[in-house]
Amino acid sequence: MTPMKELRVQLEVLRYNPDTDTEAHFQRYELTCPEEWVVLDALNTVKAEIDPTLNYRWSCHMAVCGSCGMMINGTPKLSCHTFLRDYEGTVIRVEPLAHFPIERDLVTAPDDFMEKLKRVKPYIIPKEKKPISEGEYKQTPAQLMKFRQYSMCINCMLCYAACPEYGLTPSFIGPAALTLAHRYNLDSRDGGRKERQEVVATHEGVWECTFVGACSEACPAHVDPASALQQMKITSSIDWIVEHLIPGGNK
Amino acid sequence: MAKSHKPVVWFPFAAGGTVIAFFIPVIVVLTFMAALGHVPPGLSYDRMHAFAGSSLGKLVIFGVVALSLWSSAHRLRCTCFDFGLRADTLVATVLYIMAIAGSLLSAVYLLQI
Repeated sequence: MTPMKELRVQLEVLRYNPDTDTEAHFQRYELTCPEEWVVLDALNTVKAEIDPTLNYRWSCHMAVCGSCGMMINGTPKLSCHTFLRDYEGTVIRVEPLAHFPIERDLVTAPDDFMEKLKRVKPYIIPKEKKPISEGEYKQTPAQLMKFRQYSMCINCMLCYAACPEYGLTPSFIGPAALTLAHRYNLDSRDGGRKERQEVVATHEGVWECTFVGACSEACPAHVDPASALQQMKITSSIDWIVEHLIPGGNK
Repeated sequence: MAKSHKPVVWFPFAAGGTVIAFFIPVIVVLTFMAALGHVPPGLSYDRMHAFAGSSLGKLVIFGVVALSLWSSAHRLRCTCFDFGLRADTLVATVLYIMAIAGSLLSAVYLLQI
């Protein structure tokens, strides 16, 4: 077996302890890591061997849980999916996700996103309720494919950290929550679009989006939230025409 | 939270974006070709003049110009907003008036052909 190549890694990590600090500061860590390691591995090594006071969230280490989102050199990324070798010879700056309040070090408070997620009713609201004895709600593969892409969201909030519109207007419902609304609107078993439109079709809904597209670039699950929002702008516009220009359409 | 009336300005913006994507590159290429003396026979001055003189031609040209102008105005409004220029109502009013003025001018010129 050939020996593993090792990299000298320099991390510049944002530190903030609400109990003792009045403002955040950067702390430099230097360590040696195998070249196939990711930023999260380096942080785990720092916590285990250099500085046990460092705080950050992580769980799966395989880009499915969505916990370890951070700003890495200013770009929102999953730290378990960001290879150290891509930053060889540079100082890697690690900060908490942008646009969210910092709780401690790299840990942010996701409350705003959670509240918005609830508002779009991201669950199936059945067209017609039927008793369990009548069996399951069936769906063809073609009906599944209509929304499958939009169901792949892992709630990592990278799209919120990437979206300049959310940064400028925090009341914006935002990419992930609106995309999940779209995912349920497109589901053949669902009849809840009219209820969701009360949030989706407002100024704070899809109309705050100016189609920058940063959400789709940041998304590690290839959900393409920007496309979902543009599709919802079209359906919301058709709704508007029906409601305002067609006699009897406002029902 | 009331539903937004944004579709009024967004629908022509979206239509204009589609028009720009399909027509403007072609128009740019044809303009360069014409400037270099390579005018395709079907697009000679006489034929284009006749096209612009017909009612259908006037409508098509007006549609392309008006929707493209509106789309560009709206895009510029969004860009200003994204760059932090928060006087959105003022920006929108100025840009939309410019688009409408350009559209009216194109209608006036088209009607004179």
